[in-house]
Amino acid sequence: MVVIETPRSPRSRKSAKFERYGWLYMRISGALLLVLIFGHLIINLVMNGGITQISFAFVAGKWADPFWKIWDGLMLWLALIHGTNGMRTIVNDYSERPMIRKTLNIALWVVCGALIILGTLVVTTFDPCVDPSVSHTLSVCK
Amino acid sequence: MSDVKVIDEIPTYQVTLFVRRFNQEDGLEARWEDFDVTVHGTDRVLDALHKIKWEQDGSLTFRRSCAHGVCGSDAMRINGRNRLACKTLIKDLDMTKPIYVEPIKGLTVEKDLVVDMNPFYEAYRDVKPFLIASDKPEKERIQSPEDRERFEDTTKCILCAACTSSCPVFWTDGQYFGPAAIVNAHRFIFDSRDEAAEVRLDILNDKEGVWRCRTTFNCTEACPRGIEVTKAIAEVKQAILRGKP
Repeated sequence: MVVIETPRSPRSRKSAKFERYGWLYMRISGALLLVLIFGHLIINLVMNGGITQISFAFVAGKWADPFWKIWDGLMLWLALIHGTNGMRTIVNDYSERPMIRKTLNIALWVVCGALIILGTLVVTTFDPCVDPSVSHTLSVCK
Repeated sequence: MSDVKVIDEIPTYQVTLFVRRFNQEDGLEARWEDFDVTVHGTDRVLDALHKIKWEQDGSLTFRRSCAHGVCGSDAMRINGRNRLACKTLIKDLDMTKPIYVEPIKGLTVEKDLVVDMNPFYEAYRDVKPFLIASDKPEKERIQSPEDRERFEDTTKCILCAACTSSCPVFWTDGQYFGPAAIVNAHRFIFDSRDEAAEVRLDILNDKEGVWRCRTTFNCTEACPRGIEVTKAIAEVKQAILRGKP
């Protein structure tokens, strides 16, 4: 009888610290994001006249307050890392070739890093008076 | 004699079984083969397979030992779900349609419904599924009913591989320990008499350990013994985070 050798290579016993903290991060960031995202949606789209209130001035007004800068910054970092880590696990589940897996994972983190840098720049350096075509309508710029 | 209750004759049915056939030696691809079988209302899928093997095609190959849901030899995919052939009554399936029987997924098929269980057993061995205790008591090791209850659920495992071979992570990643190995680690991790919980937690805190679990609950649904497998895995995850059971 032909015996098929077991197709598996021996277990690597690599430390799983990364996987463990990754798993924990998904739970904690998930719980925080529930509050942050639903708070964001309710304040922007439901309260005080709903979507009609949203304008450049509304955003400028919100980001004049450090509280909303921290809120939005947290949302940005937590959501992007949460989403990218989720995509990483999907890539690890479905890609069979190590090279494809590595390439996809690098691409994921490069995109995530770029978006985080851009988003953080916007949140921290936002100045409503930079654009003269709109700034004259805002009282803070006069 | 007049008060003896007349028992109705057991009804019989005609069913069609599509069985996934594979034989490495005939050089053909795996294929579906259909068999028409007359079964009783009390028959299980295993009885139908026996009828095929004994009356129609003696080359049909499958595993079974006790045939009563204890030995765990005859886990197979019946109508797309992992079950024990000896615990699945044919009348509980939709008999108007053919019944599809195929080997469990994720393990190499050797012949027809027989798969190579070695990778599965290897993962089981890796979690040290035996009591590790340094004390040498005169008689038995005493344990309170509450302490025993803690791991009661996971003692029920019969190593049929229905859970592990229903796990989508295991299908794509044969390195993953799989639900059955984690269930059997759970059985000792939460045993108050055992002293090597930390060792087992360290083994399962692996890249291919419990963190690979995606909580899809396929394993809990597949378990013929009704073990809450996903819950057991979650308890092991929590124990790893705590560093102790």
